[in-house]
Amino acid sequence: MLDKIGIAKRIAQEVRNGMYINLGIGIPTLVANYIPTSMNVVLQSENGLLGIGPFPTEGKVDPDLINAGKQTITMMPGSALFSSADSFGMIRGGKVNLTILGAMEVSENGDIANWKVPGKMVKGMGGAMDLVASAQNIIVAMQHCSKDGASKLLKKCSLPITGLNCVKKIVSDLAVLDVLPTGGFKLVERAPGISVEQIKNATEGKLIIEGEILEMKLA
Amino acid sequence: MIDKQVANAQEATKDIPNGATLMIGGFGLCGIPENCIAAILQKGITGLTCISNNAGVDDFGIGLLLKTKQVKKMISSYVGENAEFERQLLSGELEVELIPQGTLAERVRAGGAGIPAFFTPAGVGTEVAEGKETRVFDGKTYLMERWLRADFSLVKAWKGDTSGNLIYKGTARNFNPMMATAGTITIAEVEELVEVGELDPNQIHTPGIFVHRIFQGVNYEKRIEQRTISNSVIR
Repeated sequence: MLDKIGIAKRIAQEVRNGMYINLGIGIPTLVANYIPTSMNVVLQSENGLLGIGPFPTEGKVDPDLINAGKQTITMMPGSALFSSADSFGMIRGGKVNLTILGAMEVSENGDIANWKVPGKMVKGMGGAMDLVASAQNIIVAMQHCSKDGASKLLKKCSLPITGLNCVKKIVSDLAVLDVLPTGGFKLVERAPGISVEQIKNATEGKLIIEGEILEMKLA
Repeated sequence: MIDKQVANAQEATKDIPNGATLMIGGFGLCGIPENCIAAILQKGITGLTCISNNAGVDDFGIGLLLKTKQVKKMISSYVGENAEFERQLLSGELEVELIPQGTLAERVRAGGAGIPAFFTPAGVGTEVAEGKETRVFDGKTYLMERWLRADFSLVKAWKGDTSGNLIYKGTARNFNPMMATAGTITIAEVEELVEVGELDPNQIHTPGIFVHRIFQGVNYEKRIEQRTISNSVIR
């Protein structure tokens, strides 16, 4: 089973040289730590920056420089700053190659729910609906099941939807799965120590298993 | 050049009435018009509709105006980090309209640019689409969204000149440039106000035509929500 760091490390393996990437809050933010330094990628922050750098040292903290999680950050050499309208212009315009975000539920046709739990305080969707509606490629980082063991990979989402038919790949604590354009979760890899049987039991939506499913390799 | 300088936030905001619709720049607490918010708090006007990406925190930013119940309605994309906000929302004292962030940015941009409506893919198939017109373009479904305009837009820039030209710094730019264009009256507060001719025209982000009043703000706190530090120092 993968912990949060394990999920982040496995997602980092999906990153390719030359990508522009938007990382959501939580586990997706951790992915940045595991992208090989040999790769040239640019991280987009939807509040108006291309080229997110590491957190600043104490003396370099700048309140006018934050990421979408409102954390203080630095800029990489060659960064660019812009308005929120330009930022979502590049998102809707399909310029961002990879979007990585968290989810509460994903359905077998790629619908995602991650912004609202009815009856609980609603904090808002932020940029999630814009991102999922337009991204070229969406990878979701999530727990396979809720704390009480209920599957979060469903036939149909029970929570309010963030976007339709958009998730391409899921990296959960149990497995890597591709969401097929024709519907269904195609099992790609198992997490260390997890059996195909365990993944079957944890997946409510249509699970497609072809051939031998290998355990994932993490550096 | 037209001189738009006013003395301070009190003078700039003196004619904002009860019930006004305000756009307030900023993302989180980054790039918010601190002086104008303080002046509105002091004026005590009520029944305000605030269009702003976030709603501040309990004791700073728009959160200050929520505490005093001066805000009737918030139009935002994300409103976490604010316990008083949550209380007023759950008790029904406060009206809230949640909008996808890119749609909010574009609705404001459209308001300033004279475009009454546009189509976006964000929110199709979600609660956001309820009651809204959809259309299919080239095989994909889009949602019609209307422009947003405000009686007063309150923006914050790094530098400005007395004719209203503005330059922003870092990610404090965010919603400020679009909001500057969408106010019937746009009030800009800047950290440094200079004479006409001192700013390089090549570097202007908001041309002065959009700004009606400008002043140099005082005592910027620039509060940080998540102070994250690299461990490289500790190692």
